[in-house]
Amino acid sequence: MPAIDPSLIRFRETVPPGANWSHVLKRGTTLRLTDPEGGANVAALLYNFELLAERLNLPDTLKCQHTARLAKGHCLYTDMGRILVSIPEDTCGWHDPLAGWSTARIVKEKYGAKTYQSARNEWHRNAHDNFVTELGKYGMDERDLTMNVNFFSKVTVDDAGRLSFHPGNSRPGAFVDLRAEMNALVILNTCIHPLDPSPTYAPKPVELTIHTSPPPGPDDFCRNFRMENQRGFTITERYFL
Amino acid sequence: MSSLTESSLDPAQAICDFTILAGDPWIHVLKRGQTVRIEDLEGNQAADTLFFNAADPVDRYSAQDTIREQGAIYLTTGTKLISTRGHVLLTITADTCGRHDTLGGACACESNMVRYAIEKRSMHACRDSFLLGARQMGLGKRDLAHNINFFMNVPVTPEGGLTFADGVSAPGRYVEMRAEMDVIALISNCPQLNNPCNGYNPTPVRVLIWA
Repeated sequence: MPAIDPSLIRFRETVPPGANWSHVLKRGTTLRLTDPEGGANVAALLYNFELLAERLNLPDTLKCQHTARLAKGHCLYTDMGRILVSIPEDTCGWHDPLAGWSTARIVKEKYGAKTYQSARNEWHRNAHDNFVTELGKYGMDERDLTMNVNFFSKVTVDDAGRLSFHPGNSRPGAFVDLRAEMNALVILNTCIHPLDPSPTYAPKPVELTIHTSPPPGPDDFCRNFRMENQRGFTITERYFL
Repeated sequence: MSSLTESSLDPAQAICDFTILAGDPWIHVLKRGQTVRIEDLEGNQAADTLFFNAADPVDRYSAQDTIREQGAIYLTTGTKLISTRGHVLLTITADTCGRHDTLGGACACESNMVRYAIEKRSMHACRDSFLLGARQMGLGKRDLAHNINFFMNVPVTPEGGLTFADGVSAPGRYVEMRAEMDVIALISNCPQLNNPCNGYNPTPVRVLIWA
């Protein structure tokens, strides 16, 4: 598996369990999410930083790539037909775009409430409230909520449409690369997946590595993964002309 | 999952009877307790639909909350349509189609460029209808989240594939919902000509409302 050339690494950071993180991921850089312990969940939303009303559109993303999961080769599209980030590397193999965020009600019903007063930074947090909080820092609010990705989590759908969560989808050390194809505001948190059957509240940390990456050439794997992605890259590159 | 449930409501008793032409938007406030029926008049038509809590439109239909709470991706009788704040906006009370889509979203000029050809930009698309319709109630782009596609069949395979299958609808099939609070309904009667979601022949849908 490709290790990152140390000279290209711009910075590293660890997001503790249940916490928020955001960053404007610049075109020409890649964010590697690594699950150090296995079983992590990273709930994520993405926006065009120059035009925040342009945002991740998972229905468009899924239908143009004929997929209900995300993995190597896929691109995450905005509602404007442009690519926010592509996934040039992925050792996990399945990231969930279907099941959405955890909520205060879900966390309380499953695990009980644990306030900041009683538990300090071990308090029980949920992805919905974390998203609203982090969006607020950029002047955004609930209107800007949209379907989120749950990186490292796997949810399958049977023939009747029923969902199944698959524990253990992500092994220790699994990673996924998000290469910025535009300046993308990445809003993420490490809250539990809403369908995680774990009887204990046990969100996991995630390690982040931001590194410089070359622009995708004509032979790029993601560009050529589907005809639709070739057009998506063209439309995105025209945006910068 | 698929369960066909007929309605006992009499169209002659409906308080409103609208026909939405293909390619047109429609926006209307449903009062709590009212029942709305969307009827696929000629068959194989997709009715792209958004709902908002009328008292606070920031609180709106959420595909993922709806999917997660019922543990399944398709909508049919008994489905509760859930908002981003976890409220039940409407409940599906009758359905003669059997399956409605939560994942395909709306067509847009821009997504058509990706999916079919860059030269498709100028073709009419649901997102444009949504923008026109939403404006009538002071709503705009940021209010447009991911919609329901009534009468559309978008099967997901156990391996994680997603396909656009032939419609399971037919002339006269309908879906009926009871409003559990005052809600704004916004429909784009889909103009898509590039895939079989409308059988390549967009046709009118009818909306009936009972008090």
